[in-house]
Amino acid sequence: MSTITADTPADARSSPPERSRAGLSDRARGEQRLGWYLVAPAVAVMLLVTAYPLGRAVYLSLFSYRLTDPDAREFVGLRNYGVVLTDGLWWQTVFTTLFITVVTVAVELVIGFAFALVMHRIVFGRRTVRTAILIPYGIITVVAAYAWQYAFALDSGFVNQWFGLGDKAWFSDRWSALAVIILAEVWKTTPFISLLLLAGLAQVPEDLQEAAKVDGATTRQRFFRVTVPNMKAAIMVALLFRTLDAYRIFDTIFIMTNGAEKTESVSFLTYRQTITRTALGLGSALSVLLFLSVALIAFIFVKGFRTDLSQVRGD
Amino acid sequence: MHSTRKKLLWAIAGVAILVYTLLPVVWIVSLSFKKGDDINNQKFFPSEWSWDNYSTVFDTSLFTSALRNSVGISLIATVISVSLATLAAYAIARLQFKGKKLVLTTALAIAMFPTVALVGPLFDMWRSLGIYDTWIGLIIPYMSFTLPLSIWTLSAFFREIPWEMEQAAQVDGATPWQAFRKVIVPLAAPGVFTAAILTFFFAWNDFVFGISLTATDASRPVPAALAFFTGESFFQQPTAAISAAAVVVTIPVIALVLIFQRKIVAGLTSGAVKG
Repeated sequence: MSTITADTPADARSSPPERSRAGLSDRARGEQRLGWYLVAPAVAVMLLVTAYPLGRAVYLSLFSYRLTDPDAREFVGLRNYGVVLTDGLWWQTVFTTLFITVVTVAVELVIGFAFALVMHRIVFGRRTVRTAILIPYGIITVVAAYAWQYAFALDSGFVNQWFGLGDKAWFSDRWSALAVIILAEVWKTTPFISLLLLAGLAQVPEDLQEAAKVDGATTRQRFFRVTVPNMKAAIMVALLFRTLDAYRIFDTIFIMTNGAEKTESVSFLTYRQTITRTALGLGSALSVLLFLSVALIAFIFVKGFRTDLSQVRGD
Repeated sequence: MHSTRKKLLWAIAGVAILVYTLLPVVWIVSLSFKKGDDINNQKFFPSEWSWDNYSTVFDTSLFTSALRNSVGISLIATVISVSLATLAAYAIARLQFKGKKLVLTTALAIAMFPTVALVGPLFDMWRSLGIYDTWIGLIIPYMSFTLPLSIWTLSAFFREIPWEMEQAAQVDGATPWQAFRKVIVPLAAPGVFTAAILTFFFAWNDFVFGISLTATDASRPVPAALAFFTGESFFQQPTAAISAAAVVVTIPVIALVLIFQRKIVAGLTSGAVKG
């Protein structure tokens, strides 16, 4: 890329009128050059904050390096990875994250499908519902986390009182804390999945539904035999996006428990090592592992489940 | 058939969705109007409505400076990001050039990137570049992570624009650049607007970068500042103050959603599912 952009400016200065009268191949070359000019700034900005820092993380992960003591930086090879992968805390964090991811995405898929069907079929108040569904999507995750935390909190919360649960301390037990975290995540992100599924529903041919109805298929049969197979691509893309997003969970945990009661996620652990403890060497090893696990999930979706990403790219 | 009854059932389901989406919002609004001991009375609504918490947050520099930072940073990031995405998406939708697939794949990979994996190295880099705890230090990552979504949304929009108009302009003697500026830009404006709203939402919502790459009031955005309300006891009742601050920063989101509902839905789904 750099060699191409380096030698183009001189050519670009040649007079435009001649160029437009020139032959097709010249025109095609001009188009090619314009294409590169137009995408170059966006690509540069995208890579500046991802590729370079990721490379830097890989490099730093080979050192024992704390910001508070930069002079003591020392090359340790793969030792940081060894430290992380033999530590029970890492595996507990991975388990917590996977647990949150699987439960969140599964619940969201069911509720999201229900919402999409309602939005697809509803006649009265169609616009109102489609507007309201965007509110959880747009709301700041931190705000949503506070709203749910205060709803379940011992002192300010209404949930215990509404359901007669007395003094249940939701945030002092691992599983109940995770339940509230998952609830907040599901609330916030189900609208996104339901809108993707709604767009998929709109593409299921209506005459197929009618044909199935004429053939005497029940509502359930039509849903599982006609609707779902015809929107498989939309479902897989929605699942891929939400799974990757759920696996990166950070904000909600930070606000609700700050990682207490074994509710720490991989992202949270990475943040704590790099920013709070300023252990950049160890933290970078965690960063690389976090990146690799996300890449692995994406790989499984694309290769294993054959998720068609050309749908996403709009090719 | 019982079509009226069916319509009614769907409407009831619609009401259920409304309750789902609005319950936590109404709750935090109601919490923000509670006064004194009311906060801990475990009731959903306040026994007496009061604006006290709002005057408290607007008298607190931690919040007002954060609000200023959030508005400034989000708007600047949105304008630059959408401008760059517009150029790139035009090229992707309209021009033939080698490496197009690579650009799209890169954008896709970046959209899936775990942002936390970058804050360590960025923290280090920004400190040596002297842009740690500055507006620009947040604007740059916000741009990078909103570009992919903007590029997809916009290239989907651009494909819908009639080719002939651009060709007609070129036949009339316009250069490719003029055809872009005079013909395509006005037609593409609605799409650009959608991309801008989604970008603004991302920047406004961000917490990971906001908390990692800032240290003071100089650049700390609202979501990060909210987390500091509890840590340091600026208020006797952090719960009420946080609720009021939360409501204030939710108002722009709700306003955008109410005004631009159709555009947002189109933008969210156009990139992901072929329309």
